[in-house]
Amino acid sequence: MGDIILEARHIHKQFHDPVTVQVLTDITFSISKGEFVSVIGKSGCGKSTLLYILSTMDTDYEGELLIDQEPMTQKTDAELARIRNAKIGFVFQFHYLLNEFTVLRNVMLPGLKLNQHSEQEVEHRAMERLKMLGIDHLAQKMAYRISGGEKQRVAIARALINDPHIIMGDEPTGNLDNRNSDMVFDIFKQLAEEHNQTLLIVTHDQSFAQNTGRIIEMEDGRIVRQ
Amino acid sequence: MNSKLIFGIAKSLLLARWRQTLVAAVGVTFSIAMFITLLSFMNGLNDLLDGLILNRTPHVRLYNEIKPTLDQPVNVSAEFNDSYNFIQSVKSGISRQEIYNSGPIMEAVKADARVLGAAPKLTAQVFFNEGTIDITGVINGVDVEEENRLFNFQDYVTAGTALDAKNVANSIILGKGLADILVADIGDVVQVTTVQGERFPLKVVGYFQSGIQEIDKVQSYASIGTTQKLLGKPNNYITDIQVKLHDLAMAPAVAKEFRQVFNVDAEDIQTANSQFETGSSVRSLISYSVGITLLIVAGFGIFNILNMMIYEKMDSIAILKATGFSGRDVNRVFLVIALSIGFFGGMVGLLAGFGFSVIIDNIPFNTAALPTITTYPVNYSLVFYVIGGIFSLITTYLAGFFPARKASKVDPVEIIRGK
Repeated sequence: MGDIILEARHIHKQFHDPVTVQVLTDITFSISKGEFVSVIGKSGCGKSTLLYILSTMDTDYEGELLIDQEPMTQKTDAELARIRNAKIGFVFQFHYLLNEFTVLRNVMLPGLKLNQHSEQEVEHRAMERLKMLGIDHLAQKMAYRISGGEKQRVAIARALINDPHIIMGDEPTGNLDNRNSDMVFDIFKQLAEEHNQTLLIVTHDQSFAQNTGRIIEMEDGRIVRQ
Repeated sequence: MNSKLIFGIAKSLLLARWRQTLVAAVGVTFSIAMFITLLSFMNGLNDLLDGLILNRTPHVRLYNEIKPTLDQPVNVSAEFNDSYNFIQSVKSGISRQEIYNSGPIMEAVKADARVLGAAPKLTAQVFFNEGTIDITGVINGVDVEEENRLFNFQDYVTAGTALDAKNVANSIILGKGLADILVADIGDVVQVTTVQGERFPLKVVGYFQSGIQEIDKVQSYASIGTTQKLLGKPNNYITDIQVKLHDLAMAPAVAKEFRQVFNVDAEDIQTANSQFETGSSVRSLISYSVGITLLIVAGFGIFNILNMMIYEKMDSIAILKATGFSGRDVNRVFLVIALSIGFFGGMVGLLAGFGFSVIIDNIPFNTAALPTITTYPVNYSLVFYVIGGIFSLITTYLAGFFPARKASKVDPVEIIRGK
């Protein structure tokens, strides 16, 4: 631990449409390497909005965001895309696989985009990750032919393909039944403990959050407890 | 590597909706095929019609025109230099139609590097005597071999051989229409009376059919020697020198130069046949605009299908962006999709266009007016295929441009949050 992976400094955000609403107020925190952090809060407290800002997809905010000690403000769209590609892995509530591709190809895409390894190498890494998550038998299936729980595990494999600094999840278990939720949680836990993977998971599931290493609780756009 | 990835994604997106893709591609194929067919056929027709006149027309014609002299003696005279001279009832003088010094002029013209060849010609006004009827006609005295080489004379001799006009003494090739009036078969002898009143028997060795009936009713051909004999002229008497150039476009300049150098009248083909140029270019213009309209319609088809595809693929675009694809990558994916529809659709269209052209080229087309034509004319110029290919890419690029830009601007947060 010790290395700071992600740091938010005084982040403010407002929505202007249709009326100006303050969504996030003075969000300041940091996440160190290997931490398993969950952000909880009621619906509409701004936790998802915060995640999108932290993921660099939303650039319309005030304050400073540092990923890997590098400021994200005033970077171009292409630079941010590169950072998302190389340093951040995503797992969403809805599985968001590309239905036109096989499971394996879905996992490989960010790796191919990063373009650090040859295609064979990327394929090998993708298979490794699928194996680790116990879904390597699905590799050649089309993405829309597998179940919800399997999809979410594929999404996790995809998030891992480039060895990201941090994995961000937006209600990754929100759309799954208990058995699959537990399985996904176990995977996260295993990643955090065995692979020292940094995780930042937004959830409204209290029991999920209780088992994570650190809880950031939000209310009305502020951090009330961390 | 990265572009390979872009192509891979584009390919998957295309194949995932292959029916839509096919519809879009078929639109391009159809319009390109029509474009090629239309242009090939239209230009084939143009060439045919132009050839009808242009192939047989000298690029530059040297002759002496009968006309009143411009410098009337009173104007030349120094005595009346300062006065206004009114001359009434000006008449053409006794000028000879013969080209003076025709031998050396022919040599000089043939030696010119721009000239493909030159053929002498003289014309004689005659009456053909059929019983008690006299029919006016013109006998063109030509150098048959040169005429064959430069003006495809043999193509228009539909019966008999052109060379017989040279090889058989006192022979004539009659226009088909004229032969019908005279009821003259090949081997028959027709009686000809010259303007001077001399009467000659001439043996018919062939028929000539130009495709223009009015000409066939009046014109006939004989060798230069025969015609000179008919007119009672020496063997250096010719009235026209027909010049064919390597490059048709140079005709006006060459005509102007010859006019000055040889002190004769010179007429270039552009002046003599300006209406054909106009007709050709208007026809080309029409076929190009129809072809391009077809392509633009196909372009709108692609535009629509890409737009729909982008709405359908919002989620995919969002996830691509979330996992590190930049707006530019997404833009390129959709441009590649559009261009590959254009490329493959266009390729097939070019082939189909070629196929249609071949089919048209094999449809029988017999017309009495055009003896050398047996099927519909088609011009297989590579230019049309190049233009068609380039245009299919340009239209599909433009059709893909706006949808692709829209796709590149998709905000992943909005899509992911919107769920």
